[in-house]
Amino acid sequence: MSQMKDVITKPVLENNPIALQILGICSALAVTSSLKVAVVMSLAVIVVTAFSNLFIAAIRNHIPGNIRIIVQMTIIASLVIVVDQVLKAFAYELSKQLSVFVGLIITNCIVMGRAEAFAMKNPAGISFWDGIGNGLGYGAVLIFVGVVRELTGSGSLFGIEIFTLVTNGGWYVPNGLMLLPPSAFFVIGLMIWGLRTLKKNQVEAADFVMAPNTK
Amino acid sequence: MSANNDTISKTLIVTISLCVVCAVFVSAAAVGLKPLQLANKALDKKTNILAAANISDESKSVSELFDANVTAKVIDMQTGRWADGIDPATYDERKAAKDPARSVQLTAEQDLAGIKKHARYKTIYMVKDGDALKTLILPIHGKGLWSTLYGFMALEGDLNTVVGLGFYEHAETPGLGGEVDNPRWKGQWPGKQVYGANTENAAIALIKGTVDPNSKDAAHQIDGLAGATLTSNGVSNLVQFWLSENGYAPFLAKLRAGEV
Repeated sequence: MSQMKDVITKPVLENNPIALQILGICSALAVTSSLKVAVVMSLAVIVVTAFSNLFIAAIRNHIPGNIRIIVQMTIIASLVIVVDQVLKAFAYELSKQLSVFVGLIITNCIVMGRAEAFAMKNPAGISFWDGIGNGLGYGAVLIFVGVVRELTGSGSLFGIEIFTLVTNGGWYVPNGLMLLPPSAFFVIGLMIWGLRTLKKNQVEAADFVMAPNTK
Repeated sequence: MSANNDTISKTLIVTISLCVVCAVFVSAAAVGLKPLQLANKALDKKTNILAAANISDESKSVSELFDANVTAKVIDMQTGRWADGIDPATYDERKAAKDPARSVQLTAEQDLAGIKKHARYKTIYMVKDGDALKTLILPIHGKGLWSTLYGFMALEGDLNTVVGLGFYEHAETPGLGGEVDNPRWKGQWPGKQVYGANTENAAIALIKGTVDPNSKDAAHQIDGLAGATLTSNGVSNLVQFWLSENGYAPFLAKLRAGEV
């Protein structure tokens, strides 16, 4: 039981896939300009990571080592297509906004990273929960970035106006930069800085020492 | 992992069974959910047609409202006449646009909207008031900055006054070009006149900045989208293209003359 709790909660703060391992940044930039999209994307990633871990762990003793990456990709890709189809059928408006990014979950390093690092070595049950945990870790960052970007960029949350915009007769001039992908870099960067200031053990040792200029 | 997993026969067995299982799984999802997806697409289109035509009634569903008010008809873009042989319910315009036999190629000079070609037959929508045409809803599309914008423009029975305009599919920058979806911006369109002195070239255009209500051209001008010059130009161009002789002008002329 405690192992299960560990694999679910650890990836959220202590071993966050985005903040500590710096994985899955690309989609974190693309889908966080509004909170609603960020939430749906998080759910999609949680589902895909959990089930890909489950299926891969279930057949891990039969996967030939030399084709294991392709086997993992096949399972992940199938799940992603199904998630995409389900979204198109039940949440059409949102799937229009997410467009290609659901498909791009296939290339999300977090999904593959967990399959290779955890599901190949552990039983199915615990792997499933590890997938949920890592999906939650990814989702937590996405939602945090989504809140910051939507609030400062459009003055709203979930599309509901929080700051009245100048264009609607209010006072808030929206910061258009926050809606553009680069702003997610700033938000994620600041977040990682904050997290590592609070939890010093996340600070990595320098990989190399810069030599002084030669004269 | 035991070593015997790496034999050729085991590798083949795993690969083949995995492929079969995944293929069945994916196909089942795709086929099983298709009716729902198509219904969503059709509903989304109807919602946008009704929005452009400014028809709303909270108490009725979109489909009921659509069926009660709107008639779809297919026209031949070249002759400007009805294409009675084509059923609007099953006609797929985007597919037809890709088929050289059923599409019209545009020269670089004609191609104001940046679309290269369009279907020869297009579905238009009408709201009738008794026998008279109350609203005419025309599908329009053209290039913005990143994407092709697909939308509808609704004109009053005089074929000159705008009832509404909206895009249902685009991928412009959210907050900048994506403001084509802003209700406040769309709210400027109703009441504008698309044609000026003649009905050959549309006068309506997006301008830089805000429209001066006292200007003599104010009836043909729409505020540009701040920070989205290319999307604004794209919208101007595509609206002008579809109202030109390469677009709906032949049909509109026939309609004005009462020939169709």
